Amino acid sequence: MEYVVRENREISNGIYRLELEFDEIPMPGQFVMINCGGNTLLKRPFSICDHDADKLTIVYQVKGKGTYNLSKVKSLDTLEVTGPHGHGFDVFDKFNNILVIGGGVGIPPLLFLSKKLKAKNLKIALGFKSNVFLVDEFQKYGDVIVTSEDGNTGMKGYITDAIKDDIKNIDIIYGCGPKQMLKAVKDIAEKYDVPCQISVEEHMGCGIGACMTCACETKADVGFHYKKVCQDGPVFWAKEVVL
Amino acid sequence: MNLKVNIGNLELKNPVLVASGTFGFGKEYSHYLDLDNLGGIMVKGLTLYPKEGNPPPRIYETPSGILNSVGLQNPGVDGFIKGELPFLNEFNTKIIANIAGETIEEFVTIAQKLDINGVDALEINVSCPNVKEGGMSFGVNPNSVYEITKKVKRVSSKTVIVKLTPNVTDIKIYAKAAEDGGADAISLINTVTRMAIDVNTRRPVFKNVFAGLSGPAIKPIALKNVYEAKRAVSIPVIGMGGISSTEDALEFMIAGATAVAVGTYNFINPTGSIDILEGIKKYMLKNSIFDVNQLINSINV
Ligand SMILES: Cc1cc2nc3c(=O)[nH]c(=O)nc-3n(C[C@H](O)[C@H](O)[C@H](O)COP(=O)(O)OP(=O)(O)OC[C@H]3O[C@@H](n4cnc5c(N)ncnc54)[C@H](O)[C@@H]3O)c2cc1C
Ligand SMILES: Cc1cc2nc3c(=O)[nH]c(=O)nc-3n(C[C@H](O)[C@H](O)[C@H](O)COP(=O)(O)O)c2cc1C
Repeated sequence: MEYVVRENREISNGIYRLELEFDEIPMPGQFVMINCGGNTLLKRPFSICDHDADKLTIVYQVKGKGTYNLSKVKSLDTLEVTGPHGHGFDVFDKFNNILVIGGGVGIPPLLFLSKKLKAKNLKIALGFKSNVFLVDEFQKYGDVIVTSEDGNTGMKGYITDAIKDDIKNIDIIYGCGPKQMLKAVKDIAEKYDVPCQISVEEHMGCGIGACMTCACETKADVGFHYKKVCQDGPVFWAKEVVL
Repeated sequence: MNLKVNIGNLELKNPVLVASGTFGFGKEYSHYLDLDNLGGIMVKGLTLYPKEGNPPPRIYETPSGILNSVGLQNPGVDGFIKGELPFLNEFNTKIIANIAGETIEEFVTIAQKLDINGVDALEINVSCPNVKEGGMSFGVNPNSVYEITKKVKRVSSKTVIVKLTPNVTDIKIYAKAAEDGGADAISLINTVTRMAIDVNTRRPVFKNVFAGLSGPAIKPIALKNVYEAKRAVSIPVIGMGGISSTEDALEFMIAGATAVAVGTYNFINPTGSIDILEGIKKYMLKNSIFDVNQLINSINV
């Protein structure tokens, strides 16, 4: 489908926010595949950062040629987009004490999630390398703590270290970020026996479950089973995934 | 306008198929297009037992192409028959089961299991570059191609298609081996064995080192293979490799393909196969071609 770009601008160093007109209704944790043009072939996957009526937002970091091309897109340009795809975060009414934890460009999907969570007590923990983004928007939905690896903003260090001692009253954890961070989140969840869902990344082809390339190792009754990030995920129960 | 073509005893309503491994078991794409409109669906490669495949990463983009190293992850032939075939049979299109044995005996067993209603043809995959057992190791040996074809033919009542690998010096020998073994048709090409290196780690991108190249990058390779193979055998040829537009599909048909299969392009454009079919119809109208069979092998050399 072709969708019209409303806005595409840099919100932090190398981090862009893209708003699209969009007529599908996504769930938090789902993603879209975008044809980034130029001489790229495959569409690129991006988590949905926000959704309002007919507007979809993604926040992305310029990494390679696809995201570089995307950063050059202007309002009123059209983009070829499929989605929403995948199995997102499960939202449960029964949980009141929730921790949402994200790192780097794993942070965007957690904004849409935070918006949809109706928890009495929502803790939002965001870890950055140096420059921050989206923090003020998260503040609308819960108590935000921020860390940066170089101490540029918030506490210096890793976000997973900052929340370590704060888990006891938490009913469920939602996480998204780089693999190392997700490993630490999974360890913490297992240590305190708290249910935990994480969103994982893998290189993918079709985005709809046909090509079998975005394999995620999960535990099985015997040995292991490769599930599809694009269809079974990108959100999995942390205890199910082998990271 | 006639779009029907024949692959052995198998009549296809039109010459546009979707290539094995690029279309799953149809379900995923049924949200994007009406499967009834396809000439046929070549399903993901089936092994005797369920197979988990290779560790990720399994895909890597190259200039105008992709490398894949899926390693035939699939639910196994029984899992397919129970879990996937009933859905596929809700549609009015031909189901071509791509089969991949690790041994010659396994090919025979899989073929026997698939000799059932709802399966219209078998595509013998002796050309997968991403598995340690079977796969391409058979496809680069004309004797194995001959023997597997012959043994599968003996136990199967279905149209038997042999899928060839381009990773050989002379495709004609392999096309002939399949024909001599009794194949009803050949299909080509499977992916081209290639590699990629991560310069930061100086390691191969893929755990298996080599992977299979597909997409527009391989189209000229595929076209030459189809052209040559067509001239070596008298059975129908199904052409594939990089087809991403109506013109690409027409090139293959003009070079000698009776039908074409869209592969990697499905990932890029989920309705690509149907768009190409519509394009072929337009081309026929514009050029006053009433029967698509007039296009096949119509090259002026
Ligand atoms: C489910 C999912 C959600 C994502 N959400 C976001 C997001 O919200 N914001 C964001 O900035 N990034 C996100 N990513 C990562 C993003 O897809 C990659 O950064 C992007 O594909 C890089 O493309 P490129 O052409 O710039 O880089 P290149 O390195 O040139 O890309 C080459 C190929 O590798 C693939 N690739 C490279 N890095 C990744 C990666 N980390 N994950 C998957 N495929 C990759 C590309 O898609 C492309 O096919 C997400 C990834 C997944 C799987
Ligand atoms: C991700 C992927 C998986 C594939 N899996 C199979 C398979 O299971 N069996 C098979 O015979 N070919 C498989 N192929 C090969 C395709 O069917 C086709 O022969 C090849 O990709 C060339 O066509 P294309 O360039 O249009 O993709 C696969 C290709 C890709 C890209």
